[in-house]
Amino acid sequence: MFGSVRWRLVWIAVLVAVCGFALVPETIVDEVTGESERVWPLKLGLDLQGGMHLAVEIYDPENTLSGQDLDDAVERTLTTIRNRIDEFGVREPTIQRSGNRIIIELAGVDDPEQAKRIATETAFMEFKIVTDGQEFMDALERIDRAIVNAVGIENLRVTTLETEPEVDLSDILGGAADSAAAEDEANEEDAVEGEDAAAGDDPAADSVATGEETADAVDEAAARPLSALLGQGRILGEYLVPQEDQPTAAAWLELEGVREALPRGVTLHWGVEQVGAGAGSYVPLYVLEAESLITGDMLQDAGPANRDPTFNQPIVPFETTRRGSRVFERGTARNIGENMAIVLDDRVQSYAVIRSVLSRRAQIELTPGASFQEAQELALVLRAGALPMPIEVVEERNVSASLGEDSIRQGRTAFIIGIIGVIIVMMIYYRAAGILAVGALLTYVIFMLGGLAGLDATLTLPGIAGLILSIGMAVDANVLIFERVREELQAGKTPRTAVDAGFGNALSAIIDANLTTLITGIILFQFGTGAVRGFAVTLCIGILASFFSAIYVTRTLFIMYLNRRGSRESVSI
Amino acid sequence: MRVFQNASYKFLSMRRPAYFASAAIITIGLLSIIFRGGLRTGVEFTGGVLLEVQFSQTTDVGQIRDALTAGGTTGVQIQQLRTVGAETYDFLLRVPVGEEEDQNAIRDQIRTSLETQYSAASFEIARGDTLSAKVGDEFQRTAVVAVLLSFLLTLIYLAFRFEWRFGVAAVIATVHDMLITFGFISLFDIEINLATVAAILTIIGYSLNDTIVVFDRVRENLRKKRKEAYDATLNRSLNETLPRTVLTSGTTLIALFSLVVIGGAVIRPFASVLIIGVLIGTYSSIFVASPVLLEIHDRARRRSAIAART
Repeated sequence: MFGSVRWRLVWIAVLVAVCGFALVPETIVDEVTGESERVWPLKLGLDLQGGMHLAVEIYDPENTLSGQDLDDAVERTLTTIRNRIDEFGVREPTIQRSGNRIIIELAGVDDPEQAKRIATETAFMEFKIVTDGQEFMDALERIDRAIVNAVGIENLRVTTLETEPEVDLSDILGGAADSAAAEDEANEEDAVEGEDAAAGDDPAADSVATGEETADAVDEAAARPLSALLGQGRILGEYLVPQEDQPTAAAWLELEGVREALPRGVTLHWGVEQVGAGAGSYVPLYVLEAESLITGDMLQDAGPANRDPTFNQPIVPFETTRRGSRVFERGTARNIGENMAIVLDDRVQSYAVIRSVLSRRAQIELTPGASFQEAQELALVLRAGALPMPIEVVEERNVSASLGEDSIRQGRTAFIIGIIGVIIVMMIYYRAAGILAVGALLTYVIFMLGGLAGLDATLTLPGIAGLILSIGMAVDANVLIFERVREELQAGKTPRTAVDAGFGNALSAIIDANLTTLITGIILFQFGTGAVRGFAVTLCIGILASFFSAIYVTRTLFIMYLNRRGSRESVSI
Repeated sequence: MRVFQNASYKFLSMRRPAYFASAAIITIGLLSIIFRGGLRTGVEFTGGVLLEVQFSQTTDVGQIRDALTAGGTTGVQIQQLRTVGAETYDFLLRVPVGEEEDQNAIRDQIRTSLETQYSAASFEIARGDTLSAKVGDEFQRTAVVAVLLSFLLTLIYLAFRFEWRFGVAAVIATVHDMLITFGFISLFDIEINLATVAAILTIIGYSLNDTIVVFDRVRENLRKKRKEAYDATLNRSLNETLPRTVLTSGTTLIALFSLVVIGGAVIRPFASVLIIGVLIGTYSSIFVASPVLLEIHDRARRRSAIAART
């Protein structure tokens, strides 16, 4: 008997530990600002933390699209939207496809109107020639001066200059792998975290240190803020900017004085890919000819990606319109041997060397070693630009962060008071057994929350309601058991047999009741959207947790209780 | 502490008055639905605009309505929300849209009208839901499908675990609860939105749960094969499970009351519907589910008796 109790306790302890582990807050360091933040691993729904939920569809009032065409159009639109939202810089945006609808969820958006505009604008694509960068290099000094004038030398972020890592050219030219970038990102995070911790220790020392750094900067590099961030790229006209400095550099380039200082005839565009090299991860900046070679409306179609029959490397064919072909012919004839950038919504997606004069039909050959998937992605980008789709917002939900906070507070208070009420009733009604039930309920709460965090489920306001309801189910299971035990005691059985019989008799009712509710929960999850789904998730996890806690944990506690009481004949229930 | 221990109420003899009471309540509810021209559905079902606007200056429903009318938007339902202990004035604005109307345009129009009347800094749109009529139709359809499907699966499950007649009795009791809940929703003019739909589905689960606990006891008592009439067995089972029924409903109600009182404006309608559901669900498992089981049993027995005679 004692051995079996020990094993039961081990199992319970393991489960509690696993669920508890899933609930340990994580420290997340913001890559841009270097601020670290403790994050509770329970993901909160937009109704609780505030944010924006958008459901968009392709605007097609005449229903001209169907089947494969529609599917393709949705995929293209998804690519376009992903592309833009990444640029918008929201933490953990969710962009997913649900049938023929695209769901966009952005937490903590300050300006929902702007977010909506960015997400729903029609895609614009153009092909542009990459310049050799000479004009830009000549203008750099002027640009740097314009930045210093506009921002003020004391406001320049000096630390970025000091920690400027050296770009290892051989690494970049050797074709930097994405995996290196990921590794480097992790290193960076570590470094920033250390810095932040030190700053937290002594704020006074921190401010002194900043002062010193500023003084240094005036001497050395502050006069060349932008130049200091630019590293040599893989081709002429490409520059690599450390990822953590990219937002700063992008902001500088938007300044009016800086725009005026830019040489005529060229424009600057950021790339979408991240390049890993040496100790850091970089965002490429391209100097392109301002005039585009050809625009998306002159493209007829692109893809699908396939392989070159002779060399077997991935290629993406595309086709221009009749009018486009003439423009394209003239443009490519002038630029043979130059790099042509594919720009979608102002961001460089990819570039390729122009080998010959191109006309109606052309193809892009990917560099040897490129995966077929990359080719498919490029084909999708080309089609997104060639066949842009007007987008219609069919559902929009905004919750301001302040309202979200109110909801959290109210939900939490209601939750706590509800639990306290239930605990009081159980203790009054069942005395010692009630205390056992409360112990089991506490493990239930841990299982429940741990399960939610472990499954990466989102907790919404209806989700909290589902939580409270499943607590009701957990209580019900305990009540069923205790009532049975009372009946058996009343029938004259000894405490131990009465408890065994009570659990045994209550089991069938608990199983049937839980299973039917679980069926309802699963159907809700399957058919529900958004809020209903959040409710269903907590209900289902709650039922599983309540089942385990009532059947197993309460039983174990009961056995322990009876063992301690030894030969005493009564049981407090 | 104990309640209703060794109770021996004659629940089944009260079934005729109970039928009458149920029929009366359902009729009142249905009349209310007919009288009001259907249930009041939220923007989730009709499509439309729902805005929660927080003003930092004093204003009232009339002023807001004037501002909107001046800006050319009519047919807006305005409701003042009471936030406990906050220095803001919260209003809910609802505008349903038709198939042809553009919900986004209506929303922009409302915003502009408010900006004209009040300064942009004096109000904030704390929550804004804008749904097209198409999305609304979909919600409605999926909700109905979900309910029917859950009934079907429950029926199959109960036929498998008990007998088909238990399943039929349980579903009839649940439909009874839903009808009364809809009547209540109509009488108190609660809006049908996603939260209330979730509440209704929860009531289905709760009502079934309650009925199943009683039926579980009936199943057990029938297996003991005492020399006892069917209705006496049913009645005994009801009395035996009575303490549990009362205690569970009681604790659930405590949790729900805390939601109604402090759960906030968003959750309140949800919780109120659930409270009614719990009360009705408890009532129906005693006064509807078991009596219906008895009726089915009696009818089957009469039929087999007639069959035996011929």
